Amino acid sequence: MKEISGQSPNYLLSKFQTLVDWAVNSSRANSLWPMPFGTACCAIEFMATAASRFDFARFGMERQAFSPRQADVLICAGRLPFKLAPVIRRIYDQMTQPKWVISMGACASTGGIFDNYAMVQGIDTIVPVDVYVPGCPPRPEGLLYGILLLHKKIKGESLFDAVRRRDEQPLDEKGLRLSPETIDEISEPFGNSVHQFRSA
Amino acid sequence: MTAPLPPTAQALRATFGTAIGRVEVARDGEPVVYVARDRLLEVMAWLKDTPAEQYDYLVDVTAVEYRDRERPLEVVYFLRSLARRVDVRIKVELDAAAELAVDSVWGLWHGADWLEREVYDMFGITFRGHPDLRRILMWETYAEGFPLRKSFPLRGRFSRAEQVRQALNANPEAHYSMEELSIADAEGDLPDDMRDRLRRGERGTIANSE
Repeated sequence: MKEISGQSPNYLLSKFQTLVDWAVNSSRANSLWPMPFGTACCAIEFMATAASRFDFARFGMERQAFSPRQADVLICAGRLPFKLAPVIRRIYDQMTQPKWVISMGACASTGGIFDNYAMVQGIDTIVPVDVYVPGCPPRPEGLLYGILLLHKKIKGESLFDAVRRRDEQPLDEKGLRLSPETIDEISEPFGNSVHQFRSA
Repeated sequence: MTAPLPPTAQALRATFGTAIGRVEVARDGEPVVYVARDRLLEVMAWLKDTPAEQYDYLVDVTAVEYRDRERPLEVVYFLRSLARRVDVRIKVELDAAAELAVDSVWGLWHGADWLEREVYDMFGITFRGHPDLRRILMWETYAEGFPLRKSFPLRGRFSRAEQVRQALNANPEAHYSMEELSIADAEGDLPDDMRDRLRRGERGTIANSE
């Protein structure tokens, strides 16, 4: 008691919170069950990451949950056409909290080479994304690095800090996640595709 | 053209006369026969049923629009005779300014069902007599037009935000008929709203923005 008396009155509470956060976050980070949403060539690299040579089971992802109800992290591996946008949104909504999203590859993150009428220009216009893994497709090492970054992010979260703990992010009354201006802005062409005209 | 006409083209000329337009030989040796639009069904039925021809397999149906806007669109039919092991391509020219419509060959080859739906989806060419002509690649409430037409902008007609809004508001389940879902047997077990929607044949609608 003598040692504590010099501290802030919240000292014990904050110690307790740190301990709980450490326990909960370590459990969460080290048993992430991925929900694979593989739509293209990135899914091949994803499978390689899951298979014996790279084996992401080493990082607690032993069980791939093909049901969103039992998954912690949605890994969108591949380009997302507009036709699949409501599908990935529904899968995201069906996942239970806490949940995270990894956007794997250039197409999932930005639309990639598919700057056309059929493709979502970055899945962050549909679901909130925690980690973007660049590459076309990323090598398994890249995805593993992304997973480890997600571990780091999870371990920095706090159960007692509303700012750091993301709540459910529902769609607004227009059915959008971001404002139309934001979507237009982040869907702007970049790189080589700026030289293509919007109108034929 | 000094080389003799391919046998199928000769037979077609002899049978249908002026309904057969020019005949070309593609680089891989396949004859390409242009057919008048009005007599397409006759020609196709003849190619399928004549014992000497026996083109019993419709490999593909597709369409072409050329960069030269003066050139007509072409609907291309790839036929193959499995017994005789020969191929032929039939082309129908459609004037882009006129109505884009051609008779469906679904009655001859049921395999044309989805092929013609795809051509309709991408080019807006109507197939008269098709049993279920609706979009197949794009969702059915897709309102931006026909993506493979040369007049279609690469990134679509709507803004990205509007595209995302329409996509997110689409009901992914509303695109299937009872037969396609193969749940006709389980109809009694379906949720009420889903059963009603499937009974009405509703395809889903997108509310206007604002």
